[in-house]
Amino acid sequence: MNKQNNDRMAGTWRLYLVYFTLTLCVGVIGWKVSSLHIVERDFLQGQGDARTIRTEPIVAHRGIITDRNGEPLAVSSPVQSIWLNPRQINGDLEAIGRLAREMGLNPDVLANNIAANPEREFLYVKRRLPPVEAERVLGLGIPGVYAQQEYQRYYPQGEVVAHLVGFTNVDDQGQEGLELAFDDWLSGKPGSRRVMKDRRGNIIEELLILETAEPGRNLQLSIDSRIQNLAYRELKAEFIKRRAKSATAVVLDVQSGEVLAMVNQPSYNPNNKAGISDFEVLRNRALTDTFEPGSTVKPFTIATALESGLYNTASKIETRGWMMVGKYEVKDSLNYGELSLERIITKSSNVGAAKIALQLGPETIRDMLSRVGFGTVTGSGFPGERSGVLPPIRVGWSRIETATLSFGYGLTSTAMQLAEAYSVLADRGHRKPVSLLKLDEEAIAALPREPVISEKISRQVTQMLETVVDPGKGGTAAEARVPYYSVAGKTGTARVVGESGYQQNVHNSLFVGMVPARDPKIVVVVIVNEPKGDEHYGGQVSAPVFSRISSGAMRLLNVPPDQLLDGKESKDNRGAGEP
Amino acid sequence: MINQDFTRQLVDHAGPARTEFSLWRLLRIDPPLFLALLLLSGYGLLVLYSASGENLAEVKRQSMALAMAFGVMLVVAQFSAHFYRRWAPTLYAAGIGLLIVVLFIGVEANGARSWLDLPGLPSFQPSEVMKFVVPMLLAWYLGSRPLPPRFKHLFWTGAMILLPAGLIITQNDTGTAIMVTMSGVFLVLLAGVSWRLVLWGGFAALLASPAWFLFLAQEHQKNRILTFFDPYRDPTGAGYNIIQSQIAIGSGGVYGKGWLNGAQSQLDFIPESNTDFILAVLAEEFGLLGVLVLILLYLFVLIRGFHITYYASDMFSRLLAGSITLTFFFYVFVNMAMVSGIMPVIGLPLPLMSRGGTSILTLFIGFGLLMSISASGRRPVA
Repeated sequence: MNKQNNDRMAGTWRLYLVYFTLTLCVGVIGWKVSSLHIVERDFLQGQGDARTIRTEPIVAHRGIITDRNGEPLAVSSPVQSIWLNPRQINGDLEAIGRLAREMGLNPDVLANNIAANPEREFLYVKRRLPPVEAERVLGLGIPGVYAQQEYQRYYPQGEVVAHLVGFTNVDDQGQEGLELAFDDWLSGKPGSRRVMKDRRGNIIEELLILETAEPGRNLQLSIDSRIQNLAYRELKAEFIKRRAKSATAVVLDVQSGEVLAMVNQPSYNPNNKAGISDFEVLRNRALTDTFEPGSTVKPFTIATALESGLYNTASKIETRGWMMVGKYEVKDSLNYGELSLERIITKSSNVGAAKIALQLGPETIRDMLSRVGFGTVTGSGFPGERSGVLPPIRVGWSRIETATLSFGYGLTSTAMQLAEAYSVLADRGHRKPVSLLKLDEEAIAALPREPVISEKISRQVTQMLETVVDPGKGGTAAEARVPYYSVAGKTGTARVVGESGYQQNVHNSLFVGMVPARDPKIVVVVIVNEPKGDEHYGGQVSAPVFSRISSGAMRLLNVPPDQLLDGKESKDNRGAGEP
Repeated sequence: MINQDFTRQLVDHAGPARTEFSLWRLLRIDPPLFLALLLLSGYGLLVLYSASGENLAEVKRQSMALAMAFGVMLVVAQFSAHFYRRWAPTLYAAGIGLLIVVLFIGVEANGARSWLDLPGLPSFQPSEVMKFVVPMLLAWYLGSRPLPPRFKHLFWTGAMILLPAGLIITQNDTGTAIMVTMSGVFLVLLAGVSWRLVLWGGFAALLASPAWFLFLAQEHQKNRILTFFDPYRDPTGAGYNIIQSQIAIGSGGVYGKGWLNGAQSQLDFIPESNTDFILAVLAEEFGLLGVLVLILLYLFVLIRGFHITYYASDMFSRLLAGSITLTFFFYVFVNMAMVSGIMPVIGLPLPLMSRGGTSILTLFIGFGLLMSISASGRRPVA
């Protein structure tokens, strides 16, 4: 080959080389792109989804709590919590300032907070904003600021039912009261959904709901919010007037054992707990506080007496105003002389009760008290409910202990227990569980009604209790009378135990009663703890509150009047009341 | 002589002359190339709208840049190839002068001190201008000398390439320096440098690369190379771009997810989705078919460029046209290879698709030169 030929070949080859190289380039690109598109597609798609698709929880709506008539007591409303990603906001002071201004926060505090958590990716700015406000904050368009859907609990009745309903914490979990007791019932099951998120974590699209959120179930309480409000208003007025330490009232439906009202003082606003320094206000005293019930247990001493057969309604007991039991003195306020059982109740004679008890022995008295519910929890299911103490009759039990037990010292009780015990008398000797939840007809019919006192004796005792409010018979609580309704009840004025025994001038004033006395519908307990001022007797402090609550409740419950104003039985109800 | 063979071959391919009047001819426009450029630009705007997160202002700005670039292309096309040959040395001298000026009063942007902000003029990069001025000078120099070039001519050619390239490297703009060098190297290859020299050159580069990697490469350059071999060694840092872009391409499948529907693209997972990585957006939303259509359009431009090269009237035009065409293809190839993970990531836009004013202007000046050469060609080629 000559040189010319060589060159010619080289020239042709050069051209082909260019073509070849270019084709190769295109081929390589085409091959790589195709392989990514087709061969590695599944893997890469998975990788992509792993970056964009997330499973998010769906918050469940917490069940609402209503009263027996459907009035809402606790509801959940949707709110938005604003949070930010400190990494994304990157110390942008201008943006932080704008955010703080819009949300009414201190910009310096917020900036410091962000600066203190530079590595975190989630920081709450402010929780539970109304949706409109959250919308405005998001509208600022500050990068790294997001909203999170939540529910906020709202309590329309505020402090009136605060103790009973309780409250939830910021994460919507029950913390106190029935919100705590029925937390599982109320809180739903959070669902989950699959969402597509962008690189910054914004949700772009909802792809699929994996599991729908199961809303919590609603809870209907036995409370009648009309009576509840009435009771609260009256109790609070008295609480303030008497400058008392605390106060409690319970209204119990005799027929069903449902609690119609349960109020305490002092109370708090569950919608704004900020500034509560004394956590005592959170206690539902009607169920958690025990006290010595004092004279209010005397009816049960009398019932024991009647049951023993050693006494009957005609029996007389000489009281003389005082007696010695061992080295202790038992006193009445006056010397009432010879008293029938009824008069012992009317005058609230300690000596009379003590003499009966000493005759019958402590076991009999204790047995009666135990039967009507002292010493055992009522079964309301309320968190922190206490049972009080009904001491066992142990070896070395002294006579004075027997005596004091008969007029309500040496044992403790809650207001709820006291109401339950009286409902036994009111319901013709039947004991049944109390309920904080509304019971339907069927449940009421199926209630276990345990006869613990004979019907006859419970009626006799109830009749005796009517005299307590009868000024004509010198009762201790004329102020407990309820216009147009007969009332049976008992006062109690118990001295409070201090550091060195019973204190001279510190009392708990109690009144427990039932209306209408001849066919009781409700039992009402009113307790004012440690009232200040001259008046401290149950008949003076608690009885008027009882009267006002009962009077209102009778109207609200549509109970027909059974008595004229002068204390005479109403003609309409004579037959009904006394079969 | 090889250039004569080259010419003779081209003559053999040529068809009969056509002399009928044409508007295109009057405007000195090459219709197939013009059409292909229009199609590519339109396609680019479509993808950019999606890649920018449906930002209409962004698309408008790009449209303006494109319109201006088309205008500049037409202006460039109005001058004959001879005009450029005559002025090539002057342009080169001016370019070198500007590069030296930049050394003193250059403005820094994106880490490169390559911008010149002269009063009364829009700021521009003299280094960018050198991308077509260097091949122009080389075409002038080698075109008037016997081909294949003698060794001493090659020596001077090398000097002409390395002077601006060196100046640009001092501006800390390695990418542009490489592109300027490449455009010169393509021209030398086309001029018919000895076959053995090409082989030896390639071999030497191959041998030199490990040495470069070990001793000369800067940290971020090393990182890019390492990341190329294993993107998952630092998936949230250096490997992030390439992983995300491969995911985007792969999840597109054959038919794509549809315009504006790409998860990776729309959700901001692809970095630089408007510029260097715009191919990933296209691949995810239009799938393999969309990519193939794009490649076909590019191939068409390439083939048309070679067509113009073949029919160029003189050696200057032929060398220049060939170099411009190859440089264009080089851009396309490098970007596609980089986005699909065949090559390490180097910041290079995809011609006519990526957003960016300066690079588009440079490209279209190149196309303008192509059209000028086409119009000054020995035959009408419409």
